Amino acid sequence: MELKDKLVSSFLAFENTVDVDTAVHDIRSQAIKTFEEKGFPTKKEEAWKYTSLNTVLKHDYSIFPKEENALDFKDINKYFLHDLDTYKIVFIDGKYSSHLSETTHDKIDVCLMSSALTHEKYRLIIENYFNKVARKDGLTSLNTAFSREGAYIYIPKNKLADKPIQIVHFSTGNEAAQMLQPRNLIIVGENSHVQIIERHQSLTDNPVLTNAVTEIFADKRAIVDYYKIQNDNQNASLIDNTYIEQHAQSVASVHTFAFGGNITRNNLNFYQKGEGIDSILNGITIIEGKQHVDHNTLVHHTEPNCESHQDYKGIFAEKATGVFNGKIVVNKEAQKTNAFQSNNNILLSDKATINSKPQLEIFADDVKCSHGCTIGQLDDNALFYMKSRGIGEKEARALLMYAFANNVLSSVKIPQLKSRINKLIATKLGVNIGFDL
Amino acid sequence: MLEIKDLHASVEGKEILKGLNLNVKAGEIHAIMGPNGAGKSTLANIVAGKEEYEVTKGGILLEGEDIEELAAEERAHKGVFLSFQYPVEIPGVTVTNFMKTAINETRKAQGLEEMPAKDMLKKIREKSELLEIDRKFLSRSLNEGFSGGEKKRNEIFQMAMMEPKLAILDETDSGLDIDALRIVANGVNKLKSEENAIVVITHYQRLLDYIVPDFVHVLYDGKIVKSGTKELALELEEKGYDWIKEEINA
Repeated sequence: MELKDKLVSSFLAFENTVDVDTAVHDIRSQAIKTFEEKGFPTKKEEAWKYTSLNTVLKHDYSIFPKEENALDFKDINKYFLHDLDTYKIVFIDGKYSSHLSETTHDKIDVCLMSSALTHEKYRLIIENYFNKVARKDGLTSLNTAFSREGAYIYIPKNKLADKPIQIVHFSTGNEAAQMLQPRNLIIVGENSHVQIIERHQSLTDNPVLTNAVTEIFADKRAIVDYYKIQNDNQNASLIDNTYIEQHAQSVASVHTFAFGGNITRNNLNFYQKGEGIDSILNGITIIEGKQHVDHNTLVHHTEPNCESHQDYKGIFAEKATGVFNGKIVVNKEAQKTNAFQSNNNILLSDKATINSKPQLEIFADDVKCSHGCTIGQLDDNALFYMKSRGIGEKEARALLMYAFANNVLSSVKIPQLKSRINKLIATKLGVNIGFDL
Repeated sequence: MLEIKDLHASVEGKEILKGLNLNVKAGEIHAIMGPNGAGKSTLANIVAGKEEYEVTKGGILLEGEDIEELAAEERAHKGVFLSFQYPVEIPGVTVTNFMKTAINETRKAQGLEEMPAKDMLKKIREKSELLEIDRKFLSRSLNEGFSGGEKKRNEIFQMAMMEPKLAILDETDSGLDIDALRIVANGVNKLKSEENAIVVITHYQRLLDYIVPDFVHVLYDGKIVKSGTKELALELEEKGYDWIKEEINA
């Protein structure tokens, strides 16, 4: 049976396992209809022209985990930022692991989507926020239909989340092939601030397909910093759909570190609803082999005096392929918008490819919008310069690549995370460089 | 120190050096002058190990050892230093980090331990004072946004840090005002010893007022066509290169 049919026919069984008498029942039912109608995207769609899901969809995924799987902390410790005190929301094969997590209800809620969806006290919030900013496309609707578990974070107004929050999804590979559909809802009140680090990690080579949806609401003057670490196994594919709604004077940033996986598609969408908003989208992609990373971004400016800054760097080795499709929409009312986009790429082999496409739709006349895209190799003159100072070929290349990615790292606000990313980059480049950037 | 014998070299099939001979002993300063396109920068780059040049005949010996097959970094490890005519901008790498990496990579290749951080800082402080370089300058990205003069001063700072046996200064005077020229020349003179050698490549005699050469050579059409002492440089300054061209073509 094709995956789509399997999913549609599993929906009834799924519904029997969740509480049907909730606000989300109608939303789920509508969503499965939308998915049935639209299905998975194909290369015929403009937005999926360079990314094919065909090879990923052919596996016979199990849609619900058959058993509760446990993991020992010592085995997975390395996937956490352990030198940093954080809240942790941890899932194993899509199920919450209370053993590995550290949640809170003290002034702020750092807990589970499954509680938020079923408990009466969250009903109003779910009605107001759940599935509101998410687009109603096939993949997002599929996630909505099966939404049951994920992270639920609620920071009331005038509150500072006292420590960063790590959201980590493990897949154990106990199933031959596993499909996961985490659903996160993050609400940050007026003047509040939160930092979130998210990671998907497969622990074996069995195929995993994750279709994740995250909705984020940043109220007036809220600050949201979201970091995505995508450094997964060769057979793990990820479709990450993130939707952010920002209100006046809020600042939201998403850093995406795409260092590995089979097919990784990031649909990152910012919707500005107020004045004086700043949206920041930064990404570093370093991949090799036959890995594929596709960044599909949207920033929608609807009101005056807002900014957006996009900076994506990519290093592609061997037969790796990359896509950057950055769309900026500036409504007629959104005068004095400053929107910047830059996408710089280095291809390390003749067989590596990158497709980079800026897409600007500007309807206001008094705006500053710029975009730039470069694709190149490492500069031979720079290499010779470094070598003439005694720095070997390999180190010189690594140092140049480090330097290339550097300005994206400089905006990471958590020092321990910055140092971890630095190490990941060094590992990726196969060198040990004696200093932090 | 450096012995170049009948060196023929070409780039993309075009012969640029056509039988060049040069013998530089430890403790000496040699100046190489010549008109544009004579092959001066080619010579500098070939000795430093730039790969796009093809040596078709002859050889380069450093302390008696043929270095032709060595990569640029291996030559640096053996004490060759090139002060670039056009230093390359490397955004994202600070001057300090670049020097730390260069020195420790070189020490590693020489079988030495990494230099302790304290010693490194001390050395950086000493050498930056020698070149009258501001501390803030050292935490800037290498050559990025530097003025022409700052780039050249930074090259000599790197030379001071690396302590090479053989330093080739490729048009180090271009882009320098008179004060910067004096500082740079003063730095070079302080680094000079009986154990090392310096080859100064320049268009103009001006630099040689400050860095006084033991020998002056004229490079023309891929060959050294005339050698002499520092007086030759003065003569060239006065009369230009045409008389040499005439002498050769006669």
